[in-house]
Amino acid sequence: MAKHRGRGIASINYPIGMNLGGDPSQALVHSNPSGKFTVSLSSIDLGQGMKSVTRQICAETLGVPVEDVYVDTADSDTGPHCMGSFASRGTHRVGNAVMAAAKEARGVMMEAAAEELEVNAADLDTDGRGNIHVKGAPHRSISTKDVAIAAQFKQGKTISGRGIFLVPLSEVNPETGEMSPATCYAHACLVAEVEVDDETGEVAMVRMDSAYELGRALNPRLVEQQLVGGAWMGISHALFETPEPYYPDPAHGPRDFVEYLMPGPGDICPHDIAVLERPAADGPFGAKGPGEMCANPVMPAVANAIFNAVGVRMDELPITPEKVLRALKAQGGARPQARR
Amino acid sequence: MLELRKDIFADERDDNLKEIGKGTQRQDMLGHVTGTSTYFDDHKLQGMQHLKVLRSPYAHARLRRIDTMEAERSPGVRRIIRGADVPRNLNTLLSLINFGKDDEPSLAVDKVRYKGEPVVAVVAESPREAYEAMAKVRVDYDPLPAVFDVEEALKPGAPVVNETYPKNTFTYHDVYDHQKLRFGDVERGFAEADHVLEQRYQMSPIEHAPTETNGSIAAPDTNGRYVVYTSTQALFFSLDTCAKILDVPSNTFHFIGGTVGGGFGGKVDTLTEPLAILGAMLTGRPVRYQLGREEEMQFGSPRGAERIYIKDGVMRDGRIVARKIHAYFDSGAYTRLSSYAVVKCVAHLPGPYTIPNVHGDVYCVFTNRTPATAMRGFGVTAMDFALECQMDKLAHLVGTDPMEFRILNAYRDGDMKAHQREAKNTALIECVQVAAEKAKWPLREEVKRMSSRKDGGGSRATISPTPIEPVPQRAAVSQQRTTYDRAAPATTQQPPPPTPAPPPPTRPPAPSPSHGATRFSSVFGTRRR
Repeated sequence: MAKHRGRGIASINYPIGMNLGGDPSQALVHSNPSGKFTVSLSSIDLGQGMKSVTRQICAETLGVPVEDVYVDTADSDTGPHCMGSFASRGTHRVGNAVMAAAKEARGVMMEAAAEELEVNAADLDTDGRGNIHVKGAPHRSISTKDVAIAAQFKQGKTISGRGIFLVPLSEVNPETGEMSPATCYAHACLVAEVEVDDETGEVAMVRMDSAYELGRALNPRLVEQQLVGGAWMGISHALFETPEPYYPDPAHGPRDFVEYLMPGPGDICPHDIAVLERPAADGPFGAKGPGEMCANPVMPAVANAIFNAVGVRMDELPITPEKVLRALKAQGGARPQARR
Repeated sequence: MLELRKDIFADERDDNLKEIGKGTQRQDMLGHVTGTSTYFDDHKLQGMQHLKVLRSPYAHARLRRIDTMEAERSPGVRRIIRGADVPRNLNTLLSLINFGKDDEPSLAVDKVRYKGEPVVAVVAESPREAYEAMAKVRVDYDPLPAVFDVEEALKPGAPVVNETYPKNTFTYHDVYDHQKLRFGDVERGFAEADHVLEQRYQMSPIEHAPTETNGSIAAPDTNGRYVVYTSTQALFFSLDTCAKILDVPSNTFHFIGGTVGGGFGGKVDTLTEPLAILGAMLTGRPVRYQLGREEEMQFGSPRGAERIYIKDGVMRDGRIVARKIHAYFDSGAYTRLSSYAVVKCVAHLPGPYTIPNVHGDVYCVFTNRTPATAMRGFGVTAMDFALECQMDKLAHLVGTDPMEFRILNAYRDGDMKAHQREAKNTALIECVQVAAEKAKWPLREEVKRMSSRKDGGGSRATISPTPIEPVPQRAAVSQQRTTYDRAAPATTQQPPPPTPAPPPPTRPPAPSPSHGATRFSSVFGTRRR
C-alpha cells in the first residue's frame, strides 16, 4: 500500500454573458452638487465585487478619482432594469452599461466646465484627480466640484448619463445549431498535482498551476479572489460534493454540513496563477469575466492527475474515495503512469 | 499567488489607465469586515410572521385530498395557503424570454412530482407555530411509479413526470426532443480516423451550499404596494416572475436586494418570494420565508446531473477529425433553466478545439427529482469535465504529450467554430503555454512558438458538406406570451384583500393565449413562425 503522485491538465474556454445574448442591463449615473457621483443599478453584487468593478469603470470613464464614485445596487425603484448577476455577465454587460452612462455624464460635465472656463469642450481633459483642465495648459483648470456647483446652481444642467448594453438576441437553427452564442470567450489552462492513497482511495491535492485569459483584469485583487475561490470550488466539485452520492438513486441525501462534505483548510493546496489579457472588442476596457469558468478546469485536471498517479480513469463526479477504491480493485491495484 | 503576464498580447492593449487595473479596495469592504453589511434577513419588521411549507414525502404521487381543518385552528396560525389561492399557479421561469411552457405550480394541486415539492404553506406568528400547524395538515397521497434515470425516462412506457412535456423531454423548435448540432460529416470522419474512442461520463447533482439560504421578507407598504427584501441574485427577474404569478402590475412591488450570502446560480429561481408576498397580501402583515439548511440542500434546486457520451475519431499524428456527442441534462421534475443550459452546451461543443466534423444531440430530460437550476459554469462545467478527460485519453491513445495535444488541436483566430461563427480573440494556446511554463512542464520549441494569432483560418475556416437529415413536420404552434406582455390582470389592479376578507376566487391556470404580438423576439421553443 502506498501513496502515488500524478499530474493532469485541462484547458477550457468560457462564453461571457447569457447564451445567445438578448440580456440587457441598464445604468444611471449622476452627480450631486459637490461633484460626487452615484451609479444607480438594480444589479446585485453577490460578493464577487461588482460594485467595485463598476465603480472603477465609472471613475475611469468620467476621469474622476474612484473615491468620488459610489455604486448603489439592488433597488427596483431607483435602479433601472438588469437581467441579473449570472452567466458571467456582470463585468461585461453591467460594466458596459455603466461605461455608456458615465460617457454621457462626462459629456455634460465637460460642457459645463467649458462654459466656466470659456473654452471649447473638445479642448478639455480630466486629470483623474478631480480637476478638468485645458489640454496643454494645466494651470487653466477647474475642479469637478466647482463644475458640479456651477451646473446645478448657475447653468441649470444635470451632470448625468444613461447607459444600456445589449447583445442582440441570436436565433438557433433547429437542424444545425448554427447560432451566435456569445461575443467573447475567456480561456484557461490548469495543471493539478495530486497524491492518491491506494489503501484508502483518498485523493489529496498537492499543488495547482494555472493560466487564465480574461480580456482585462479590471481589478487584479478581485480577479485573484475569484480564481482562488473558484479553484477551491473546483476541488470541492471534483472530490467531495453531491446531494445524491449514489445518483441516479436519490437515497442518502445530506441534510447539513456534517453530511455534505467540502474541503477544509487542510485540503487546499498552493495555487500559482498567471493572468493573461487579450482585450475583447466589446468588453469594458476589454474585460471579459472570470466569474464562472474558474472551477471548470480543476475537475478534469484532477481526474487526469489521478490516472497519471494510479492508472484508473475516473469518469464519474464526484471522485470519492469509494469510487477510487472500487476502480483500483477492478484494475488489480495501482498502475502508476510515466511521471510528468 | 497571482502574476499578471503583461508581456503577452501587449500590442492589443492600452495600459495607460488611471483606475482600471488597480487592486482598489472593495467599496463594501468596511461593512463586510465589521459585520454591518445588510442581508435580507436583517430586516426585522414589526408584526412579522413566518411562512413554512409542507413538502411531499413522495417522489411521485397523486394528491387525493388535503385537509387543513385542524391546522387552521392550531395556535398562532394566521393563514393556510393552498394551490388554489395562488392567482396564476403555473409558471416557467424563462417565460421572461418567451422560452418554454408554463409547467410548474407554486403549490402542488393535482400531483406531486418530486420528494419535497411544496403542497401547502402555513403563515404563523412564529416558525415553531408554523411547524406545529404543518404537522396537523392531513394529505392523502396516491403514490405513482417514479423515474430517476435520464435514459430510463426516455424509454416508451416510462412514467410521465410532467404532463406539460408528456415525453419527459423539453421540446425544442416545436418538434425536437433535443437540440442538434451538425457540422461536417462525423461518419466520414470516423471512417478516415486511425482510432475511434467512445466513452461515457457522468456528473452527479451539486448543491450551491450558500452560507445564506434562499429567503425573502415581504411586507405591505403604503399605497397598496409591497416591499420585498430578498436574497435574489436577479432582482428584476424575481420581481417580474412574482408579478406574473400573483397577477399584478410589476410596479406593485418594491424589491430591495443587497448583500447576498453566496449565490452561485442558486438564487435565480425565485423560490420564496411569490409565497412570501402572497402571505403578506392575504394577511396584511409582513411575512418571512427562508429555507432551512435541509430544505436548501434537498429541495432548493441543485446543479443538475448530466450524462455525456463522447465518440471521437483521431489520427496517429494527434489531429481530432470527428467528435460526436450525445448528452442528457437531468432537469428534475420541472424545466426551471435546464432547457436553456442545453442550448448553451450545444454552442460550447466541441470545446475550444478546431475539429472539422462535429455532431451533437443534447436532451433536457424530466425525472422525479428536485428541479435542477443554474450553477456556476451552467451548461458547460460537466461537458468540460467530459471533454477534457476525453482529451487526456486521446493523447494517451496516440502517444502525444497532453499539453502539446491540446495546443495542436486548439482553435485559433480565423477558424470556423461548430456553431458556424468565426473564432476571434482566441487565447487557448497561450494559456497552455503559460501554464506549462508555470508547472515546469517541458514543451518542444516548435510548440512553444505556436500562437492563437497564427496559422488559423484557410482550410480551417471551411465547413465540410453536412449530410441532410429529414425534417419533421411542424405542428401548429400556440404562442405563449412573455411575462412582460402578458394580458392585463383580468379583474382588478389591486392585490387580493387581506383577511378576514375572503381569499381571491379560485381560478384554473389561465390558458396560454394563442395570439398576441410579442415584444421579445423568441429564442426557440414555442416561437410563432
